[in-house]
Amino acid sequence: MNSQNGQYAVEIRDTSVFYGPRKAVNHVSIPINRNRITAFIGPSGCGKSTVLRTINRMNDLIPGARIEGEVCFRGQNIYGPDIDPVEIRRRIGMVFQRPNPFPKSIYENLAYGPRVLGIRDRRLLDQIVEQSLRQAALWDEVKDDLKKSGLTLSGGQQQRLCIARALAVEPEVILMDEPCSALDPIATQYIEILMKKLVEDYSIVIVTHNMQQAMRVSDYTAFFTTDESRIGELVEFDRTEKVFSSPADQRTADYIAGRFG
Amino acid sequence: MPDSAAQGRSLLPDDQTFAASLTRRNRRARIWTLFFRLSLAVAMAALLLLLVNIINDVFGEVAISNIHTEEEVCGGPCSERDSSELATVLGRYEPRRLRVIVRDQLSVVDPAVFTQMAASQALRPDTTFPAGSEMLTINEMTNEQVVALLGANVPQSVMVEYVLADVVGYAILRSWPLFTTLFHYETIESEFRQLVAERNPPNPRLEFRSWLSWHFVTNPQSSYPATAGVRTAILGTIWIMSLTMLIAVPLGIAAAIYLEEYASGRSRLEQLIVTNIRNLAGVPSVIYGLLGLAVFVRALEYFTSGAFIGLTDSNGRTIISASCTLALLILPVIIIASQEAIRAVPQSLRDASYGLGATKWQTTRRVVLPAALPGIMTGIILSLSRAIGESAPLIVVGAASVIWVDPTGIFSKFTVLPIQIFQWTMRPQNEFRHLAAAAIIVLLSMLVVMNSVAIYLRQRLRVRF
Repeated sequence: MNSQNGQYAVEIRDTSVFYGPRKAVNHVSIPINRNRITAFIGPSGCGKSTVLRTINRMNDLIPGARIEGEVCFRGQNIYGPDIDPVEIRRRIGMVFQRPNPFPKSIYENLAYGPRVLGIRDRRLLDQIVEQSLRQAALWDEVKDDLKKSGLTLSGGQQQRLCIARALAVEPEVILMDEPCSALDPIATQYIEILMKKLVEDYSIVIVTHNMQQAMRVSDYTAFFTTDESRIGELVEFDRTEKVFSSPADQRTADYIAGRFG
Repeated sequence: MPDSAAQGRSLLPDDQTFAASLTRRNRRARIWTLFFRLSLAVAMAALLLLLVNIINDVFGEVAISNIHTEEEVCGGPCSERDSSELATVLGRYEPRRLRVIVRDQLSVVDPAVFTQMAASQALRPDTTFPAGSEMLTINEMTNEQVVALLGANVPQSVMVEYVLADVVGYAILRSWPLFTTLFHYETIESEFRQLVAERNPPNPRLEFRSWLSWHFVTNPQSSYPATAGVRTAILGTIWIMSLTMLIAVPLGIAAAIYLEEYASGRSRLEQLIVTNIRNLAGVPSVIYGLLGLAVFVRALEYFTSGAFIGLTDSNGRTIISASCTLALLILPVIIIASQEAIRAVPQSLRDASYGLGATKWQTTRRVVLPAALPGIMTGIILSLSRAIGESAPLIVVGAASVIWVDPTGIFSKFTVLPIQIFQWTMRPQNEFRHLAAAAIIVLLSMLVVMNSVAIYLRQRLRVRF
């Protein structure tokens, strides 16, 4: 592993995000610890997803989005002039809110990432597919149906398929944008167990609306909220036990006690 | 009602009013449903009427006769005459056919140079020549020499067929539609008797005829309704549709990809372009014909006539000009349909692809396009269905209304089925109306086949993707 960031996989430094003229997030700084799960929590519209998407430059795809500040990955600012966002997204994978498998076979879903990277060797692809599915704890359920469409799977299986697909390009960091919000409790539990296993090899950032989930799975928690002008800001970042047991900020305390949000 | 009134809270009508209004709402729903059914019934009835009308003309009784009797021509059954007697008969009744038969039966060279070569070179080496004719070209020979040539060299059985087909022949005196044939046969019989009495044609008889037949499909155009066919027009339609598709489909999809995936969609110019594409879809087709005439037939004649590759025997009124014109005509429809299909691909699929480190082009090529393909195919089907039935722009671009030679390439002169149909319906004789109806069936069948293939492809793509 590259250790130019020391213990941090990614470091968000004093970053603000704008959508057109409107400022969405104001001066956020968060270190993402290597091989740890970091949770972003906060009420709707506080910019936690926006911050998550700045980490792998997915905001570039939104017309009018603009970033100030820097995000350091492997000792480089990923918003630097000679950085290709395509390369960044391969190193920092993403799992989305709703399971979004391609309308292709399970095999093709897994092989898509390696294929766009230029891998043609059928045997190598087979290996990658199997290894990724095993990592995502999906292999035993689908190994006989690799030719079936990914859309025939259940919601929870689809989401694990999407996680496996992200793993297939061997990222260092996995960003998860409310990965369980469309799933039932059992499927959610599977994903949480999976995350705890994956964090041995990857660094994970998860956005969640579910405070219990943050408490259950994460090592670090960042709490975001909005001010009166609807600009998102980071209120507090600390170890999860600390944030939930003795929050430093009154707004954090109110939020986790369920007084707003 | 008392309790809610007592509470003084409900602002909604009481239960009785509600029940009455529910009845009214249900009745209104029933009326609309009835209206929808009626609309469908009207549409189906119109379609049925159209089909019945066409079928009515495609089949029916015909009165036919020979042109000459065998008695009159051969003085008895023609099969009992020998080759030279039969050649003499042909020379007397159909002198124009003589040289064609020589070409078809005896020539060993290309038809294009046949008339320019001396007979001894143009004809089979074992040919027996009448005195002094070896060194003449076929057109320099006298009719007597050609008759002698045929009589000496063509087998009797072949000559009998020519005499029966070309001299004895048969003509359609009168035709009746299917409806009359089925329900008013006595009218046909009385008209037939009257006809025979008036004209006294050789060997008259009534026959049931299907104007749509294998011969109709494989014969070239002819001015005799009994032998006329649509082969030339079918080939023209196939050539033009293929080429149109080849031009319009890639261009249309490419334009749609650019507009949806690459253009920001916010600049004035782009909005202007999009609006105009939508307007172009509604421009009358004859205007595209005028455009095609000015641009492809006239301005680009050097290219569309094939002069740039050394062809000299045609002008700009070629298959390539017609295809370019039709391609322009259907391009807006393909662009609009493809745009809609591309736009309907969920953003989440694009995000998933980008999130794995795919470039924009990889995402477009491997995720967006395959997912949009069924929708794009629908647009292509619609536009090709439109193009295959177009006649107005092709008339302007210069489709030949009477053409005897099959198209052989993109620089050939052409005609297409709709023009053939149009031209036949303009003829005063009844027989051509039947031919037009049969050609309509051929056109509809081609349309159905084309669309079936496209729909089959679309389903397969859907399953695979």
